[in-house]
Amino acid sequence: MTAPRTLYDKIWDDHVVHQAEDGTCLLYIDRHLVHEVTSPQAFEGLRMTGRKVRAPEKTIAVPDHNVPTTLDRAKGIENEESRIQVEALDKNAKDFGVNYYPVSDVRQGIVHIVGPEQGWTLPGMTVVCGDSHTATHGAFGALAHGIGTSEVEHVLATQTLIQKKSKNMKVEVTGKLRPGVTAKDITLAVIGKTGTAGGTGYVIEYCGEAIRDLSMEGRMTVCNMAIEGGARAGLIAPDEKTFAYCMGRPHAPKGAAWEAAVSYWKTLFTDEGAHFDKVITLKGEEIEPVVTWGTSPEDVLPISGVVPSPEDFTGGKVEAARRSLEYMGLTPGQKLTDIKIDTVFIGSCTNGRIEDLRAAAAILKGKKVAPGMRAMVVPGSGLVRAQAEEEGLAQIFIDAGFEWRLAGCSMCLAMNPDQLSPGERCASTSNRNFEGRQGRNGRTHLVSPGMAAAAAITGYLTDVRELMAETV
Amino acid sequence: MDKFTKLTGIAAPMPLVNIDTDMIIPKQFLKTIQRSGLGKNLFDEMRYTQDGAEIADFVLNKEPYRKAEIIIAGDNFGCGSSREHAPWALLDFGIRCVISTSFADIFYNNCFKNGILPIVMPQEVVDVLMEDARKGGNARMVVDLEAQTVSTSDGQSFAFSVDPFRKHCLLNGLDDIGLTLEKATAIDSFEAKAKTLRPWI
Repeated sequence: MTAPRTLYDKIWDDHVVHQAEDGTCLLYIDRHLVHEVTSPQAFEGLRMTGRKVRAPEKTIAVPDHNVPTTLDRAKGIENEESRIQVEALDKNAKDFGVNYYPVSDVRQGIVHIVGPEQGWTLPGMTVVCGDSHTATHGAFGALAHGIGTSEVEHVLATQTLIQKKSKNMKVEVTGKLRPGVTAKDITLAVIGKTGTAGGTGYVIEYCGEAIRDLSMEGRMTVCNMAIEGGARAGLIAPDEKTFAYCMGRPHAPKGAAWEAAVSYWKTLFTDEGAHFDKVITLKGEEIEPVVTWGTSPEDVLPISGVVPSPEDFTGGKVEAARRSLEYMGLTPGQKLTDIKIDTVFIGSCTNGRIEDLRAAAAILKGKKVAPGMRAMVVPGSGLVRAQAEEEGLAQIFIDAGFEWRLAGCSMCLAMNPDQLSPGERCASTSNRNFEGRQGRNGRTHLVSPGMAAAAAITGYLTDVRELMAETV
Repeated sequence: MDKFTKLTGIAAPMPLVNIDTDMIIPKQFLKTIQRSGLGKNLFDEMRYTQDGAEIADFVLNKEPYRKAEIIIAGDNFGCGSSREHAPWALLDFGIRCVISTSFADIFYNNCFKNGILPIVMPQEVVDVLMEDARKGGNARMVVDLEAQTVSTSDGQSFAFSVDPFRKHCLLNGLDDIGLTLEKATAIDSFEAKAKTLRPWI
C-alpha cells in the first residue's frame, strides 16, 4: 500500500519524466499559456538555436497586457513598443503554429481567463505561463505556476521544466462566509495572516467548507493570489462544480473521453492522513470585507479598521510601513472609511469574470458614481463582455457612470494607456498594490468587486454591507 | 550564460523588505523584445525623478555603489511578477549576486538562468553583511561559489548552501535546454505512456 498523498503529490507524481539522484525532476507540462510580454525573447531563442516548439497543440497564446481596452482599438495600438510586442506574438504564433487568439478575436482576453473559458485548463494538468498569476488555474485542481522567460523557452523546446518539489501547505477556511464577504476577502485575509513570504517554498491546497461553497469563479480568485502569499501554486481539489464548469467547453474532452477524464479527476484529492508541512486555519464567519492600506498585499485590514502606525510592526517592516504610509499619503489612526477615492477599476485576472461583474452590478443597480469619480470596468475576456451585455450588466455599469471597456489586463499593471496619475487614488479589484504598479506614484487599495462598486458610489472606501442593506 | 565562479566586488546595502519586481524594473520597460539594455532602468522609479534626474540619496546613485556587483537586501527580495526582466536589468547593471534572508520563488529561479547567484543567509549574517556593505568602496566582499562562502572585508567568512545541480550549471555556464534535450527519449516515452493513461490531454 502506498503512503497517503496530498493532491499536489498526486499531480506531481503523474508528471515526473525523470528524477535525478539529488531529487531534481524533469516535469512534463500539459498546457503552456503564452502572452506577448514574457515570450518574445523565448521565441527568438528558438530561432537562434534552430529549435522548434515541441508541442504546439498544447501551447496557447493570447495578447493581453499591452492591448488597448478602448472601444476604438480596431484602429491599432498607438504606442510603438506595445504594438511591436503584440505584432511579435502574432508572428511567433503563426511561425511556430501554436493555438492563437489575436486581438481581433472575440475570445481574446486575459490569458488566465481565456484558458479555463476555452477548456484548455482541466483538473490534474500541469499548466505554466510566463506570468505569476498562472496560479489561477489551480482552482481546477491543476498544478499551475508562473515561470520566467528562460523557462518559457525551455517549455517551448522540451514541453518540460526542471523542478524541485515544493513542500505541502494546507489553508483551511472553515464555516460559512457572511453576506458581503467574497473570495477576494478570503484570499487577502489569508495573505494578511501569512505575509507575502509565508507561502515561499510551498504549494498551497485551499480547503474547508467556505472554499467548497465558492463557485469556480471564486475559487479562481482565491488561487490567483496564492503567488501574492509567496506560494509556488495554489490548488483546490476538483469536485462536481469543477466538472460542471469544464463540461462542454471547446477544448474539454467529449463522450467516452469525458467519462474517462471524470473518473481520473475523481481520484484527485488529498488522502486521509496525508502530511502537510504547514497548516493555516481561518474561520469563514470571522472574515470581514477587507482592503489594503499599504504597498504590499500583506497590508490588509478589515474595512472597519484604522490606518496602522509603523510602530505597530517589528523588524524591517517598521521602515517598510513608514515608506508605504508616505507613498500612500495616509496618517496613522485615520479611519479606512475616511479615505477618499478618485478612481475605481473593476477587472483583471483576479476579478474580471462574469460573477465579479454580477457582484459589482448588484451594488450599482439604479445608482450613480460619486461626482468626479473615474470608473471603469474591463471584462476579462471578449466572451465575459458579451455575456455581461446579454445579462444587462453592461447597461447597469454605463447608467451608473462607468466606462464599459474591451478585454485586457488594463489598469492592473498599466502597460497599456489605462494608468493612474501621480497621487491618484484607486479602489481596484486587481492583485498588486506595489508602488507604481498602476502608474507612477499612483495609490492602489485592493478590494473585492462589491467593495469597488461601493467606493465608486460614495467616493470613499466603504463597507459594501451598508449599501447591500439599502437594496434588501 | 556567463559562468559564475568567484566574485570580488562592492556590495550595495538595500535593507528595505519586500523589494518587488515592479520596483526592480517598472512595467514600462517590459515592452522590449530583447534581453539587453535594461540596466539603465534598474530600480527606475526609486533611482530617478519623473524628469529623469538622479535621486541623490538612492544607494546606486552614490559612489562607490554605482559600481556595485552585489546587493545585500531585506527579506523577500524579488516578490511579485515572473518578469525575467528583473534579473536581466540587474545583470545589465552589473549585479551578479544578491544576498537576502529570503527570495520570491520565481525570481530566485530566474536568477540562476542568467548567471546571477541568489544567496539565502540567516538574519544575523545578513545584518553583518549589511554593515560591511555600508563601509563603502574599500569593503570588497568575496563570493566563492565553489567553496560556497561569502567573506566580508574584515575577513569574516560565512557558508551558504546552494542546490548542487544549479551550482554545477552556474560554475560551468550551462544551458538548461541543451541538458534537457539529452533526455528526449525519456520525454518521448513519457508522452507515449500519458497518451494511454490520460488521452484527453
